[in-house]
Amino acid sequence: MPAASSRSARSATGGSSARSATGGSSARSATGDALLRLAAPIVFGIVALGLWQLAVGAADARTPSPFGIGARFGAQFGAIWSASIGTATNALIGLVVGTLVAVVWALLCANARWLEELGNPLVTALSVVPLVSLAPVFYAMFDSSLQTGRIIVAAIAAFVPVFFNTLRGLRTVLPIHRDLMRAYAATGWQAARTVTLPGALPFFFTGIRIASSITVISALVAEYFGGPVTGIGNAITTAVSSSDYALAWAYVLGAILTGLVFYVVTYVLEVLATRHRTTE
Amino acid sequence: MRRVRPWLLGIAGILLLALLWEGYKAVMPVEGWVVNGVTILPRTSPQAMPHIWDIVARALEPETRAATALPLWVAMLKAAALTLGLAGAGWAIGVAVGLLLATLMQRFRTAESALLPWVILSQTVPLIALAPILKRSLSQVHIGAFTWQGWMSVALIAAYLAFFPVSVGALRGFGSPEKAHLDLMRAYGMGWWRTFLKVRVPASVPHLLPALRLAAANAVVGAVVAEVSTGLDGGIGRMIITSAQTGSADPARMWTPIIGAVLIGLVAAGIVGIIGAALRRYRRREATA
Amino acid sequence: MRFDTKELPEAVPAVRVAGASKTFGRKAKAVRALEAIDLDIRAGEFVSLIGPSGCGKSTLLRLIADLDRPSAGSIEVFGKPAAQARLDQEYGIAFQQAGLLPWRTVAGNLALPLELHGVPHAERNERVESLASLVGLADFIDHYPDQLSGGMQQRVAIARALAEGPRLLLMDEPFGALDEMTRERMQAELARIATATGAAVVFVTHSIPEAVFLSDRVVVMSPRPGRITGIIDVPFGDERPELLREDPAYFELVTAVREALHGTPVVRAEEV
Repeated sequence: MPAASSRSARSATGGSSARSATGGSSARSATGDALLRLAAPIVFGIVALGLWQLAVGAADARTPSPFGIGARFGAQFGAIWSASIGTATNALIGLVVGTLVAVVWALLCANARWLEELGNPLVTALSVVPLVSLAPVFYAMFDSSLQTGRIIVAAIAAFVPVFFNTLRGLRTVLPIHRDLMRAYAATGWQAARTVTLPGALPFFFTGIRIASSITVISALVAEYFGGPVTGIGNAITTAVSSSDYALAWAYVLGAILTGLVFYVVTYVLEVLATRHRTTE
Repeated sequence: MRRVRPWLLGIAGILLLALLWEGYKAVMPVEGWVVNGVTILPRTSPQAMPHIWDIVARALEPETRAATALPLWVAMLKAAALTLGLAGAGWAIGVAVGLLLATLMQRFRTAESALLPWVILSQTVPLIALAPILKRSLSQVHIGAFTWQGWMSVALIAAYLAFFPVSVGALRGFGSPEKAHLDLMRAYGMGWWRTFLKVRVPASVPHLLPALRLAAANAVVGAVVAEVSTGLDGGIGRMIITSAQTGSADPARMWTPIIGAVLIGLVAAGIVGIIGAALRRYRRREATA
Repeated sequence: MRFDTKELPEAVPAVRVAGASKTFGRKAKAVRALEAIDLDIRAGEFVSLIGPSGCGKSTLLRLIADLDRPSAGSIEVFGKPAAQARLDQEYGIAFQQAGLLPWRTVAGNLALPLELHGVPHAERNERVESLASLVGLADFIDHYPDQLSGGMQQRVAIARALAEGPRLLLMDEPFGALDEMTRERMQAELARIATATGAAVVFVTHSIPEAVFLSDRVVVMSPRPGRITGIIDVPFGDERPELLREDPAYFELVTAVREALHGTPVVRAEEV
């Protein structure tokens, strides 16, 4: 569940100037630097995969090799695809529903502090408790032969980061912008449209980016707690119980790719939405 | 009045939820609100939504019909304690590994370039999903007299989910000191390690604390779910599943362990909150009075 | 006593800059911040560096402090290379932002250099108390930086720079963020302390009156690439009372510095 992108983590370290006090001309050239940034993780990954491949020869059949998994993935692609679509659909619906509710509630709370305090116990509880443990409740309340329970779990999982980040965004109007709106005698709605909402947008997208992969994993894990036997989670359990480990890992690969797709799409949306801004 | 208001409203919020619950039950029909065969709003049968007093009453009764059974709420607390312990162990390991990685990445630019993308990618792997596989593989491990126990797999999964926010938050924090502070240490002739200890580590606290909180929440989720997928006995996860399976016969029962899971999350967050209070000094800013 | 400023043979200059220049970036994006700087600063002398933004005065200070390396030329502090001088802790430094560590009290911040360099506990406490009294903050010794005003924070920063009784003080616009009244008070403080400790001071500033009030010599620098375009002597000696600010001789020197900065003589109103 990536909670921060490499971009934001990297920008916080700020390159060489934060690392050492001797700023100015660095020993490496700019292109050499970029090459290192790109090459290092790839080299590391290849080495790790290579070691894995070698180690498998020595270990037991329970740990399939990277090649074995890749082969299985290709062979069973159709089944993996439909299982992934199942989990992804739940995650997507949950993401949309959770985001909508989060935005509405954040807008209400930004304007009425007492509302936020009223909802605080519930929202705080939702942010620290294992949501998937609530899955049986939802399966009981709604039809356990349908996907609804999983979607609700995914929706709540999406709600939490989107709500907190959006609320923060709505609250961080720069005082200078607020004063400007007042000097223009702008109405509440005008101020919101020109300053508050655009200002909150980057925070909103950060929230969605965080929520994206969380919803996929929540939808997946909710499959362990009951409901219909569809989706990647159930596929993995089935594969494991028939000791078909290569297939299980192939499904895991499917889960990783699904999570990545969600993350990349929301990341791209975030970049598109914030490309003209100078401050973070 | 201003300081008390959030608390009062908070309690009011909880009571409001209870009222909504019972109110909904009183008003809505048993099958909920069904549109085209899809249940949009929940059902109100005793199986789906037991009365709040029924839940409480069930909690006080013995867990099972066995003669030696403990009251449900006692059994729940025992299971919760076990899970909390596992989550805590996982959290501690995850924090240690996360800090170690962040220190390494702060020290060596190459390490940061090489490792950070993989650290981020690691979180797209649903290790929870791998739990059954992991358990089977690791149960083969024998080093001398040491045998890998089932609970260790759970702690490991919790640790895996905890280390990511800590390493990203710590790395960010280690890179956050003001240039003036770093220049100062250099002017004092201090090398990397002493600068790290005296300036980078203290400066990282405001970034680290939210990360620790997130790691605690993740560790709890990891522990609960891993218990379910590895089939570990005695924890809250197992209890939830067992109770859910008797759902139609004993509907109020599964609510108690679920509340137990909620409690674990709250306690974990509370512990991190206490750590944050102890580190208050390091959260001060340089802004003038 | 350990922290008294040592006497030096007159011959060894506090700072000797020989042909130093500094370029940032490379090739097409190269920025030549400093060009062929030659400057000698005697022991105990108070020298200001003044010039428009981007003239490299802060860069020069950083080179002396060995916080950056020169692209060409050399820098010596008390006869040693700058890097060695830094390791030997031959100078104290104060920046424009006070740079106090927010999680340490005033006492903790003052003690920082002493802690780092292994001064024993009892001696440390004694020194911290005398430093706090020196800048008039003895009553605030257990306060945190966010409980102090900007001027007070800056005083702590200056006291901290003096913690180990250095023979050289490097200061980069330390009063830049303060209001004018506080600024003038701090200038008087600094002048008094510099005289009392006998330390040499290299002082970067934007303010012409400030430079003239404090210094023995004012070094005027040109816009990028930074060169020394003039050095003006300020023969007011060690004593700098507040009345000096109203002395005609003071105003003349301020004008002289202004003219040197503009490169042309300033036309006075009554001479038009």
